[in-house]
Amino acid sequence: MDESLARQESWMHRMDPCVRVITAVIVSFCAALCHDVNILVGHVLMSLVLVGMAKLPPVAVFKRLKPLFWFLVMIWVVMPFTHEGEPLVLMGPVALTRPGVMLCVNISLKSVTILLYFMALVATMTVATLGQALHCLHVPDKMIFLLLMTYRYISVIQSEYHRLLRAAKFRGFVPGTNIHSYRTYAYLAGMLFVRASRRAARVYDAMRCRGFNGKFHTLDTFSPGVVNHLFLTLVSMTALGLVVTETLLM
Amino acid sequence: MAHDVPVIQLKDISFTWPGAGAPTLDGVNLTIETKDRIGIMAPNGSGKTTLFHTIMGLCIPDAGTIEVLGQPMKTEKDFEQIRSRVGLLFQDADDQLFSPTVIDDVCFGPLNLGFSPAEALEQSRAILDRLGIANLEDCITHKLSGGQKRLVALAAVMAMEPELLLLDEPTAGLDAGVKNTLADTLVSLSIPYIVISHEFDFISAVTNRIFSMEKGRILTDDEVHIHQHEHMHKLGKFPHKHV
Ligand SMILES: Nc1ncnc2c1ncn2[C@@H]1O[C@H](COP(=O)(O)OP(=O)(O)O)[C@@H](O)[C@H]1O
Ligand SMILES: [Mg+2]
Repeated sequence: MDESLARQESWMHRMDPCVRVITAVIVSFCAALCHDVNILVGHVLMSLVLVGMAKLPPVAVFKRLKPLFWFLVMIWVVMPFTHEGEPLVLMGPVALTRPGVMLCVNISLKSVTILLYFMALVATMTVATLGQALHCLHVPDKMIFLLLMTYRYISVIQSEYHRLLRAAKFRGFVPGTNIHSYRTYAYLAGMLFVRASRRAARVYDAMRCRGFNGKFHTLDTFSPGVVNHLFLTLVSMTALGLVVTETLLM
Repeated sequence: MAHDVPVIQLKDISFTWPGAGAPTLDGVNLTIETKDRIGIMAPNGSGKTTLFHTIMGLCIPDAGTIEVLGQPMKTEKDFEQIRSRVGLLFQDADDQLFSPTVIDDVCFGPLNLGFSPAEALEQSRAILDRLGIANLEDCITHKLSGGQKRLVALAAVMAMEPELLLLDEPTAGLDAGVKNTLADTLVSLSIPYIVISHEFDFISAVTNRIFSMEKGRILTDDEVHIHQHEHMHKLGKFPHKHV
């Protein structure tokens, strides 16, 4: 929640946030449309180029991909064996099917590439900048506020949870599988929501006290128009090109 | 600002928290003049924070009238305008720090007031410098210590150049050095302020009048005589009367 990816310096970070959001939507949509493995590899390469252009540290990128990897591992364990189709390898009573494996490859490449696109293009801006970008894309201010506040309150709830759990542990609470533990967790959950919503109300009050009226402003300055439009056109055209190539090849 | 108009005038303000038995503010009358520097010393739960939040329009009173900087406050619109002219330092700095980095947070107010990014930056840096925390500019707010957070929150409030400051327990959890910085900063200000604190030394150093609160009412310095003395008795650390 500390927006570490956004607090770096690169050509990508200085790009107009509006352009970045539009580009992210277009390229992700294009990636989602593709089915051919070669084309998808093309998308992965392009997303890696964008990540490189944003100068994101590989370790940080990998850390953010980790939850997705677990999800993909689960898919790889189940899908190839349960999907109907021509068997690829026979392992005793179960068969590894070709369409199953293909589907897994497909899902893996697509999800990784879309996540990378968003990391390179959207995670490189702070929440306030994202708010500004959505505002100039004419997303209603109420909706932006809702979105950004949800994001802000996730970290509020998270820190309240750690505080409560710490308090319980200091008083000798050892989590186990008994009624006492479950009851303690139920109390914790209850307190969590009471406290988080109180704090959320105070944070909002504090923002109002500092002249906040639903619109976000930022300190960031962005590079002028021509470069932005060139970037948008180039990246979007490449993505669309990949879709067209696939349709023509089929 | 006209000099004969009180900065704040509360008349018969009453406020009861939903679900509470007794009113937290019960017919509060308070007038603050331009030259006033007021300290409030009162027990926990006596309604000090509620009083500040009422002045800012965060708590809507059940009865009574509020005038801030000469303007009667009736609707949310009135309060919205006044909020940028009155700076409230929240009791808990964590409620106030909202942006990822210190400089973003201090600039939040000035940007909302319509400053350009360059002006906001310049203003915010000057304030950080004045409070002796220029080195924290690029720090992550939630990784700061309690005392640092409070100074950053104060900088964020002062960056809006308020005409009146309301400080809710600014000294809680501060070490002697930071407390001195804070006291020096307050004394050097040319605007009126109200400070809530439990520390007699601090309050008497930075204010010229000391009030207390009891049963939802404000006791002004004519009604209480607060002083420091060496003997001990029950509740001795709270202001009390010697009749
Ligand atoms: N958000 C709230 N909801 C309900 N009751 C509250 C709330 N905040 C404060 N109170 C009650 O109002 C009374 C005064 O609280 P407060 O103004 O915070 O006192 P102080 O700042 O003097 O310690 C307390 O009895 C407290 O329980
Ligand atoms: Mg309080």
